[in-house]
Amino acid sequence: MTETLPGAAIPNPTDEAAITAAVDQAVAAIAGAGTLDELKAVRLAHTGEKSPLSLANREIGKLPKDQKALAGKLMGASRGRVNKALADRTAELEAENDARILLEETVDVTAAPRRRRTGARHPLSTLQDRVADIFVGMGWEIAEGPEVESEWFNFDALNFKPDHPAREMQDTFFVEPPEAHLLMRTHTSPVQVRSMLERELPIYVLCPGKVFRTDELDATHTPVFHQFEGLAIDKHLSMADLRGTLEHFARQMFGDEAQIRLRPNYFPFTEPSAELDIWHPGAKGGPRWIEWGGCGMVNPNVLRAAGIDPDVYSGFAFGMGIERTLMFRNEVGDMRDMIEGDVRFSEHFGMEI
Amino acid sequence: MTELVKVGFEEEDVHRPTDTLQGPIVVGQVLSLVKEPQTNGKTINWCQVRVVPEGQEQTLTGDGIDPSGVQGIICGAHNFVEGDKVVVTLPGAVLPGNFHISARKTYGHLSAGMIASVRELGIGEDHDGILVLSRIGLDPEIGTDAMELLGLYDQAAEINVTPDRGYAFSIRGVAREYAHATGTTFTDPASRVTAPAELSGGYGVKINDDAPIYGKPGCDRFVARTVHGVDATKPTPPWMVSRLRLAGIRSISLPVDISNYVMLELGQPTHCYDQDTLSGDIVVRRALAGEKITTLDGKERALDAEDLLITDASGPIGIAGVMGGAATEVGDSTSTVLVEAAHFDEVSIARSRRRHKLPSEASKRFERGVDWHVAGIAAQRVVDLLVELAGGTADQAGSDVGTAPDSVSIELPEAFAAARVGIDFTEEQIVTSLEDLGAAVEKNDGGWTVTAPSWRSDLETKEDLSEEIARLVGYDKIPATLPVAPPGRGLTRVQQQRRRLIQALADAGLTEVLSYPFVSKAANDTFGVAGQGADRTAVKLANPISEEQGFLRTSILPGLIEVAKRNHSRGFRDLALFESGLVFLPGGTVGTASIPPLGVKPSDEVLDGLYDGVPAQPFHLAAVLTGHDSPAAAGHAPRPWDWADALDLARVAGDVLGVEVLVSQGSHQAFHPGRAARLSLRNGEVVGYAGELHPKLLAASDMPARSVALELNADALFGAAPDVIVARHISTFPVATQDVALVVPAEVPADDVLAALREGAGELLEDVALFDVYAGKGIEEGKKSLAFGLRFRANDRTLTADEASAAREGAVALAAERFGAVQR
Repeated sequence: MTETLPGAAIPNPTDEAAITAAVDQAVAAIAGAGTLDELKAVRLAHTGEKSPLSLANREIGKLPKDQKALAGKLMGASRGRVNKALADRTAELEAENDARILLEETVDVTAAPRRRRTGARHPLSTLQDRVADIFVGMGWEIAEGPEVESEWFNFDALNFKPDHPAREMQDTFFVEPPEAHLLMRTHTSPVQVRSMLERELPIYVLCPGKVFRTDELDATHTPVFHQFEGLAIDKHLSMADLRGTLEHFARQMFGDEAQIRLRPNYFPFTEPSAELDIWHPGAKGGPRWIEWGGCGMVNPNVLRAAGIDPDVYSGFAFGMGIERTLMFRNEVGDMRDMIEGDVRFSEHFGMEI
Repeated sequence: MTELVKVGFEEEDVHRPTDTLQGPIVVGQVLSLVKEPQTNGKTINWCQVRVVPEGQEQTLTGDGIDPSGVQGIICGAHNFVEGDKVVVTLPGAVLPGNFHISARKTYGHLSAGMIASVRELGIGEDHDGILVLSRIGLDPEIGTDAMELLGLYDQAAEINVTPDRGYAFSIRGVAREYAHATGTTFTDPASRVTAPAELSGGYGVKINDDAPIYGKPGCDRFVARTVHGVDATKPTPPWMVSRLRLAGIRSISLPVDISNYVMLELGQPTHCYDQDTLSGDIVVRRALAGEKITTLDGKERALDAEDLLITDASGPIGIAGVMGGAATEVGDSTSTVLVEAAHFDEVSIARSRRRHKLPSEASKRFERGVDWHVAGIAAQRVVDLLVELAGGTADQAGSDVGTAPDSVSIELPEAFAAARVGIDFTEEQIVTSLEDLGAAVEKNDGGWTVTAPSWRSDLETKEDLSEEIARLVGYDKIPATLPVAPPGRGLTRVQQQRRRLIQALADAGLTEVLSYPFVSKAANDTFGVAGQGADRTAVKLANPISEEQGFLRTSILPGLIEVAKRNHSRGFRDLALFESGLVFLPGGTVGTASIPPLGVKPSDEVLDGLYDGVPAQPFHLAAVLTGHDSPAAAGHAPRPWDWADALDLARVAGDVLGVEVLVSQGSHQAFHPGRAARLSLRNGEVVGYAGELHPKLLAASDMPARSVALELNADALFGAAPDVIVARHISTFPVATQDVALVVPAEVPADDVLAALREGAGELLEDVALFDVYAGKGIEEGKKSLAFGLRFRANDRTLTADEASAAREGAVALAAERFGAVQR
């Protein structure tokens, strides 16, 4: 640290060499200050009231007139040099100081705690939304209905004859008393019937929802599961329109490479009827056809039950299981994982599928 | 057989005895049999068995095969003697159960092979010892391949037959389909049987149905044929046993086996009676009150007036098309067999089968429809086989009563199938396909008149014919076109609200789960409508999976708490779960006494009845929180969930829908009496409850103490959402904030005080919030201090301190007036 000794000789403000020496001394001291505190002491010593340069400056008043201008000029320039050096050094030290503080504030970012809980959707619910969005994008509407339903909507309106074996194959939950003809819907098709009764023609609706069958829970069966069924009623619809719609949907769902296959099958509510298979290139154990659902041209008796003239309108319908779709699309191996509510199952998916 | 899938028959399985059975398995003759008593009390037989005809060389080689053609074999069974021909599994053979036969030392001999029982061969359950071939009527040459002899190289494909195709429950039907699928030539097995064109003079038969169902006679054909001098004890030939076994039918006796075999072949169930046990004419009629029958399975069954019966003078001798009676069954002593081949109404059979829980091979076929015309042929085939295999003599007389149903003619307009299927069928494709099915096709103006074959009762409409044409031409020929729906409206308001609500809960950190809607009565009583007690109604299932959970939920919480418990037991202590879905709240009417017929639109009145009978099923949202709000971590202390979190979620639900959810002190049997909030709308409608679950309930269900829950009728919230939200003016003038602490009686709800402040402050008040609640030192016993922050702002000027203070005084004054609030 440079100090100005009390009682040191006051430099003559006209003595350029002495002033320059004082300035050099000050600039050297400023440059030598290592901290802002040191710089403060240097500033007091070299620019304070008692500093040689301040004292020399005060001497200008006592000088003869003809020397005042020269001394003023010399002193002004000299003090300017010192002040600039001070300002520069201050900025430097402040920057160093700031950098040091930031360095000292360094944390281990890998030790950051998770403070917020991340929620999750159930993948069946997410998948149901995604399916709905594809059809909404095609101009279809989403229709819903009750889960406890009148037997007429679930069976008779869909052309299930009262004593036909097909009716029993549905493994229906009936509501007490059975004479009241209420049941838990075995498919979402009653929503199709309601749609036909309630909506204006033409109709393009998708009916997703829960359905119920009296199966015990195991790896591949559950008494409660989800379906989505589509229904289109318009003039001049054919099975080609059904295939085109299903192909479009399959490609939206599984990519442009997706292929579908129709096989003859039987459903009371469609004629012709078909089983729908989808080509699954990424299936475990190699690419193969996977049974996806059923479909067909709406049976004229179903249209009649809703007061639609089958000679004017025709329609197609299809239905797939959401659990089944999730099982083969996302490689869910056990039905129970989907219904037990283990948080690990939903949380693994987060908001996506 | 996988080709069948193309025409709609999915292959489910293939049955091949050779999958578990491998030779060498040959016919051997027991040359000598030495009984050797053992120290353990058993006696074993040391046998020399010739497996190559005398004078010929053994061509098989391998470990344990004796080049002499005679094998030494130890056998523990005693039902055979020297000279018997038996089935020998030689070393190198493999039996079901992956049982490898090899020569091995046992009881002091080298036993090189095994003398087999039917059980060991996997072709029967008979424990009675080894299979002696003479007892099943065989005397093959020594060394014959026994697998060939017993039909064990036969295979069967198991296919899934849809319920409309009764004709495919027979080789006759499947062979035709196989021809459709592959182009092979089809020869109808019925055409190989020569049945007399007319029958007369046979056993007396009358059809007397005085109560047809839906106006359709229960029986419209009954053929009866007699075969004399039958030896019912003759063994069934192995080829027949093997084919029956592959079809899942056990061999019982030769006449019964023949009857079953003809059913598999032609699709016509037949029945054999011991004619000597019959008395008087056979009458087909409905049951009389109080009638009973003991069926072939030995069970006595009370009959219903709707049951169609086969009877004789003694009473019922069979439930028509379902099961025969025990009293007239053929047995070993039967000599005269009466063969029945009849045609019954599908519905009548289905109902009897259901009523008596008797799903038989016969009823399965009758319910799905049998060819009326094949009855006489099937009866003839049974007669022929009884003559051929059982040594009988056919009686030339026979009975055949009934009237053929009218054949079904369907008009098929020219362009119809093409329009429905989307394939441009050629005329040839249409006509050939239909003729291949067996239909008669006649050209008319603008189309064809198609007469369905007698075995296809499922073909009734032009749509049915379209499917047949498409099926035979191939569904793979259907092109793809994409129909364009009319411009839609997108998701409805409620659908969007539902999605937003679910997403909001997930975004708030909760995990969505699903649970079953099946609950116990107790669960519904606990979680149902507050205070309603045991009068609460719920939907009860007639056939639940478990009686204990025989009701449908009136609340989502019981299921959700079960899910929480399951997770807790799996080691997850910090849980925030939610579920949304329907609950079931039966009101006045439950269902309808009857339902309208199919194929016709019911009247509006009837439809309204159907709609009204369906119970209310509002969409609910529920959440359960237990443990902490986040996982513990370095530098982070998680906060335990508490009652306020449940309330907060209810408010989040309201916020994302733009609906104000009001909270008041509530009382609900499932919640802590002092820590439950009743949630309601501005109009006073109660929409749910939130708070801490009742400590006793938590303890009883092994849930952690202080777990909290929420349940909301989301539909009610959706309905309360504003149609249009009117914008508010945003003032840019400075804010003036003032705090106030009020002492009020402890029982006064903070929210009420806040409402009074808001009202009393007037329109300068921008916002008011409770920021502190204090009771204790400095506050009188029974009172509490509530601190509120008030923000004032005007739309048109900067408020002066005096203006803000005046507004504050107004607020305090109203609180003082209403609750005796005193400023601290």
